[in-house]
Formats: sequence, structure tokens, C-alpha cells
Amino acid sequence: MKIGVLLKQTPDTETKIKIKPDGSGIDESDIKWVINPYDEYGVEEALRLKDAAGGGEVVVVTAGSKRAVDSMRQALAMGADRGIRIDTEGVSLDSYTTAVILSKAIQSENFEVLFAGKQAVDDDCVQVAQMTATALDWPCIWPAEHIELGADKKSVVVTRPVAGGIKEIMEMTLPGILCCDKGEHEPRYASLPGIMKAKSKPIAELKAADLLAGETPKVTWSGFRLPPERKAGKILKGEPEAVCAELVKLLREEAKVI
Amino acid sequence: MNFELTEEQNLLRKTIREFAEGEIKPKIFELDRKEEFSLGLTQKMGELGLLGMAVDPKYGGQGLCSLSYVIAVEELARVDASQAATVAAHNSLGIGPIYHFGSEEQKKKYLPDLCTGKKLWSFGLTEPNAGSDAGNSQTTAELKNGNWIINGSKIFITNGATQITGGSTVQTITGTLRPFDKLRVSGPQDDRAKKEISCILVDQNTPGFTAKAMHNKLVWRSSNTAELYFDNVKVPEGNLLGKRGDGFRQMLATLDSGRLGIAAMGLGGAQGAFEAALQYTKERRAFGKAIASFQVNAFKLADCATEIEAARNLLYKACWAKDNGKKFKILAAQAKLYCSEVMHRVVNHAVQLHGGYGLMEEYPVARFYRDQKLLEIGEGTSEVQRIIISRDLGCYEDL
Ligand SMILES: Cc1cc2nc3c(=O)[nH]c(=O)nc-3n(C[C@H](O)[C@H](O)[C@H](O)COP(=O)(O)OP(=O)(O)OC[C@H]3O[C@@H](n4cnc5c(N)ncnc54)[C@H](O)[C@@H]3O)c2cc1C
Repeated sequence: MKIGVLLKQTPDTETKIKIKPDGSGIDESDIKWVINPYDEYGVEEALRLKDAAGGGEVVVVTAGSKRAVDSMRQALAMGADRGIRIDTEGVSLDSYTTAVILSKAIQSENFEVLFAGKQAVDDDCVQVAQMTATALDWPCIWPAEHIELGADKKSVVVTRPVAGGIKEIMEMTLPGILCCDKGEHEPRYASLPGIMKAKSKPIAELKAADLLAGETPKVTWSGFRLPPERKAGKILKGEPEAVCAELVKLLREEAKVI
Repeated sequence: MNFELTEEQNLLRKTIREFAEGEIKPKIFELDRKEEFSLGLTQKMGELGLLGMAVDPKYGGQGLCSLSYVIAVEELARVDASQAATVAAHNSLGIGPIYHFGSEEQKKKYLPDLCTGKKLWSFGLTEPNAGSDAGNSQTTAELKNGNWIINGSKIFITNGATQITGGSTVQTITGTLRPFDKLRVSGPQDDRAKKEISCILVDQNTPGFTAKAMHNKLVWRSSNTAELYFDNVKVPEGNLLGKRGDGFRQMLATLDSGRLGIAAMGLGGAQGAFEAALQYTKERRAFGKAIASFQVNAFKLADCATEIEAARNLLYKACWAKDNGKKFKILAAQAKLYCSEVMHRVVNHAVQLHGGYGLMEEYPVARFYRDQKLLEIGEGTSEVQRIIISRDLGCYEDL
């Protein structure tokens, strides 16, 4: 089975985000970069699906700068077979143009299924996988929690969580895109032999500019700001009766919540 | 000079760090408290490939250089000394002698299971009456009708009595040297030097061989430490490791490499304790500010960071020397000595910076403080390292 995984490199969720002094973007100097956590679930599910299908190939597809290679290598060390990186250096992309270049880059690959994370934890746009599906004219399931290969090996049976703890079970004819949620399978650790093998696995390189075919972003960024710091809270002191009365008054008049 | 690690070494560090934090950290407190060796964690470390790191892939190992090995041990020790000890002892003391001195047949027989972690192997050198003075060991092996008959006992043997221990490489006295053989033995030429020392592989279930776990340790509480007893234990002549009489030399060579592992544990442990102290001192407040902003505390942290950096550079240089076929014996002794003593100073500062909380087991620095002490004692005490280094400096007229 030929399986693709869309993988984005994002800041570690524990990173303290800093804005560039001129507000034009994020200051990347102290950021620790990781595989977008949901994409790591995608890699895990892709590797499992390959096993379930009795073999095949898992290809990691990334739009990103050179530093993203570290994250791609990590996926290769986990067991993916090769990579395709679309170099985005010097090109400003939004979700739409990212979907354009991803779908162009994989056109000739003839994947039977594509995995992605349900969202990237950096910009949280939740659009690229869906727009890629649209560009390819493929179905897309979001979010996918549990994935099983259909008996005919041409479909997948997917469990997705819906409101109130209810699960929806869907069957999707392939090819299609699955956007992975944190499922029951924790992403595996790369093994030492995996790490050693990863260095000889190929990563093909394409240029974003060559794949855009005249398409331009639909979103531009006018500026970046951190949310305002939370103001210090108020502590009321005194006899319980008096404090209660004061609290109700403040909730009504100052906070205007009751 | 290039201080850059390779892409694989960076990925290796990252992976083992995540594994140690994700899989080991949540379990340490209980394992340590109950003094329990964890089969589950050991098997997981085997799956990752941590149990046969330096061995050629044709015997099931990973074929890593010693720098990569040291980075792996460092990252384990940054979180837990016990699991790092299981891994370091198995790789360098368990597998090392078989891999470097074993026959092709012995390697094929033992290494594949030892590299996956299906089995562990230990190295029995220390005896109740012979530690630093290992040449004075008393366990004997006598060759009778094609079998070695072993009698004696060993003590403090890491991985010696786990559920999956396959056996032990045992240092034994196999006879007396003929007078001219004396020349081969370095060190003081007293009567003890006349002993012929050989290493013999003993499978765990051999009749007469008993391995008993030792308890009530201050350090490495979830690493397995054993006493080994040999009561007329009979093993085939072919279980001899390398040549008869080569045991002492094999032991010295094994310890040279083993020291890199102990040094890595000192470095990793120092790093772990330092990080805990840095975080704590930035959060804990006294007299209206974070305690890190009292210069007396900040300077301690600056000293720790500096010493850890120096320790890392010394240890990595020793690995570089080994990996490039240069002499590394003295560098390894220096790295072992320095890294373990750096950790000593760092854990002392780390506990001091934690105040009373640092003495509670709920805080990891308490465990780092206890675990550190072994590093100045095992695989050659700090005094023994200083003997090795000062001998090399030609300090002693009588040698
Ligand atoms: C948890 C643990 C795990 C271990 N694992 C193993 C293992 O897997 N295999 C194994 O074979 N051993 C193992 N050991 C044993 C360890 O290597 C010895 O404890 C160590 O070599 C010291 O020997 P000793 O305990 O007999 O102390 P001694 O040799 O009796 O030393 C006591 C003190 O005297 C000092 N001293 C001795 N000789 C001199 C000298 N010439 N000059 C100055 N000072 C000197 C020492 O430095 C030390 O301070 C382990 C020990 C422990 C505690």
C-alpha cells in the first residue's frame, strides 16, 4: 500500500512564543522545533496501516525550510521509508497555497491514502488537509481516532469522536485523507537501528515557487501581537457576610457577569 | 576542531531523552522505593536497541561508536541512574568481554540474545575480600577431564540475578604462573602476581551456581546487584574466554571502556540534578524574590553549568580518542574521575538549593544525591583512578 503522511514542523508546545520587535512575525531564535504532535499520530497510524496491508511504502511529505529535515528524519527513524520536502524558503504561504503545493507535489505519487494531523499546534488553522483533499478531489475524515483497513484493502473504517462522547463509525473509499487525533496508539519511539537507517533514506527536494502555478495567498498577515497580560485578581478580606455582599456587588457592577 | 554532533547523534539524544522522560520517569519513584528491578523497562530498552549498542549488527547489535553509546547512557542517567546502570553494565561489562575476547562460536551463541535484551549478562570480578585489589581474588577454577570446576564467590555484581540473567563472566584463578611469565604482569611484583587469572563464562542455571540479589542499597535501588556463589560448578573447558591466563588483561581492558559508561552516568546525573535545581530556584521565593536571584545561589548554578560543560568536553574527547583508535586509557580514567566528582559537587549544591524539600524523596534531587555516590566507588574508586593517572605521570620511583 502506498501511504503518504503530511508532516509539519512546529514549535514544541512548551515553547514560550516571542514576537519580533517590529511585530512582523514570530521570533524563532529560541524555539525548539518538533514534529507537530498530531502529525506524529499520523506517522504512527501510517506505519500501522502499512503493516496491516502487508507491506508498501510510507512517504513523509513536508512543506518547510531546511530545519524541517530534522523532523522528517525523525519520522524516517520511526520507520517511514522516504521523504519529499517542498522548500518554502523565501515564499510566504497561507493554508490555501500550502494545500496547492502539497497537492501538486504528490500528484505523481498515486498515494492510496494520505495521513495528516487534525491540526497544526502552531497556527491552529485546521485547513490544509481539507483544502488538499479538495484540490485532489478526495474525501477527508476529521478527526480520525481509530483506523482500520477494510477487508477489500480499498477502504478504511474510521472511528471519529462526536459530541458527548459518542463515536461515529465511517467507511471511506480510498483514496482519501485521514486527519489524526490523539488516538489509542501512542507514537512509537525511534529505535537505535531505525535512527541508523534513517540517514540513508532519501528525501527528495522540490521548490515551493515551482509548484504554485500562479496561485497567490488568500490571507496576508498584517501584524503579530501577544495577548494582553492578565490583570492581577482582587482578594476580598473581612467577615464572610460582608465579603459575600461585596463579591455579589462586584460581579454585578464591575465584572457584569450576573 | 569540530564540536558538532552528527544528525544521528542529535536524534539519538532526543529519542532517548523522550523515552526516559515518557517511560522511565513516571515509574522511578515506586521502583526506587520498592527496590525493584523493572523487567518491563529493561525489555523496552532492549526494543529500542539500547542493550547491544557497540556490537556489530551481524551479531544483532547496533554498531554504534562509543560517543553515541555515551550520549545514550548520559540521557538515561539524566533521568534515572538505575536504568542507566542496567544498560551501561550490560553493554560494557556484560557484552564487552564476550564481544572483544570471545571466540566466534561464543559470540554467535551469546550475543544475539544479549543484544535484544532477551537475556542480560554480568561481569563477576569483585569478591568480598578483593575489590580495588582485584588481582587478589580467590575464586578458583581447576581444569579436570575437560571441565572447569569453579569454587568461590563474587559480590556486588550488577545484573547478576535478574529474571533474565543468562549468566556471568567470572574472573578466576586457574593456576600459578611460571617464573618467566611474571614479566607479563604489571604492578608490584609480590607473591600475588604469580597467580594465573582467566575469565570463564558461566550460564545461570549451571548446577552449584547460585545468584542472590542484594538488598538495602543506598544507590541504584532499581538496578539489580547480586552475590554469586560457586560450589563445585562444572562448565566445559570451551567456556574459557580467550586464552588461559589472559583474564587480568581482559579485565583491565574491559574496565577502561566501562569507565566511559560510568563517566556518562556522572555527566547525565549532574545534568539532571542541575536542571532540577535551576528550575526550583527560579520558582521558589524567599524574602520577596526567587532564590536564584540571590547571587550566592546564582554563583552555585554558574559553577555547576561550567563544570558540567568541562566534564562533557573531557568525556567526549575520551570517546573521540577511542573511536579514532588513539590511546584513551588515561582520558577514560580522567573522565570517570572528573565526571563522578562533578556530579558529587552538583548534587550537593542541588540539594542545598532545595533546602528541606531536597531531602524529601518526592523531589528527584534526593535520589540524585544518593545515587551519585556509587560513581566514585564502582569500576575503580576515585583513588584507583588517581593511581592510574599518577602512574602514567611517572610519579612513583618504586615502579
Ligand atoms: C551497586 C554496585 C554495583 C557494582 N557492580 C559491580 C559489577 O558489576 N561487577 C564487579 O565486579 N563489581 C561491581 N561492584 C564492585 C565495585 O567495583 C567495588 O565495590 C569497587 O571496585 C571497590 O572495591 P571494594 O568495595 O572492595 O572497596 P576496597 O577496595 O576495599 O576499597 C575501600 C577504600 O580503600 C581505598 N583503597 C583501596 N586500595 C587503595 C590504594 N591502593 N590506594 C588508596 N586507596 C585505596 C578505596 O579507594 C576505597 O576508598 C559494584 C559495586 C556496587 C556498590
